Amino acid sequence: MSDDGARIDLDETDRKILRELLRDGSLAAGAVGRRVGLSQPAAWRRIKRLEAAGVILGRRLVLDREKLGFGVTVFLGVKLAARGRVSLEDFERAVAAIPEVQIVQHVLGVYDYRLRVVARDLADFERILRRRIMTLPGVGDVESNVLLSVEKDAPGLV
Amino acid sequence: MHAVDDMDRKLLRILQDDPDLSTARLAEEVGLSAGACWRRIERMEAAGIIRGRETVINWRALGYEVEVYLRITLDKTETNAFDSFIRAARDVPEVTRLETLLGRVDIRMDIRARDLAHYQEIYKDRILTLPHILDIEALMLVSELKHSESLPI
Repeated sequence: MSDDGARIDLDETDRKILRELLRDGSLAAGAVGRRVGLSQPAAWRRIKRLEAAGVILGRRLVLDREKLGFGVTVFLGVKLAARGRVSLEDFERAVAAIPEVQIVQHVLGVYDYRLRVVARDLADFERILRRRIMTLPGVGDVESNVLLSVEKDAPGLV
Repeated sequence: MHAVDDMDRKLLRILQDDPDLSTARLAEEVGLSAGACWRRIERMEAAGIIRGRETVINWRALGYEVEVYLRITLDKTETNAFDSFIRAARDVPEVTRLETLLGRVDIRMDIRARDLAHYQEIYKDRILTLPHILDIEALMLVSELKHSESLPI
């Protein structure tokens, strides 16, 4: 997801299209066109161009976690124990393969990696932490912070 | 609570992997009629189980090179620390996500900036001026290896 697409020049209409798509990713080209004052084919062509240029990477289905029984979201800060002696690739491959781990980010700061984990409840989280995370190659210090509330979730400035 | 059965879960698993799949193709994959498949999706949307679809954007292609996660400890001796901090932080346009946590830190927020100079400007002028901050830790994104909204259903 961090691949640098070729930088393209965006005009105000492209930005409007991106803003509409960020607000509602299920909009079809026709609906996007109506909102920004373009015909369906014109909107479609611009969306395709943004996809081809790597600005739009794709779409994700958004599900209600709680309604599907996932009541707990935890952020983990992970420090690797023996730098240099463990292969980062081994750790990354193993952690990304855990289905409950939704986000894996390599970061600079007090931790080496930042993970977001979903679980059914705290007992389920503890099981994932003990059996799947703490057993990963190279894992050292792990800090858990449980998500209480999301106070803002804005797509960002286009 | 709305109950989902095995067929619903199967549909969700496929859609999580490929959200652009047409109802006709989806129906074919699970062996339902297109009508029956469509009704199940509709029902899960109406019940709020499927909340929608989100567009994934490559922010670097848009000129945002820097993403920083701030972990903030608040001064809890101040009675309204949480409320007034959250109210002020919500208004900062470069803060894309703001969460309260239970753990060693109280608040987590995501900041997206054009470059390090831009980040420094946001940090100095708009973050350090927020009320009741006791301590800030910053994690800067180097690379994202996985980012999925998929649930292990």
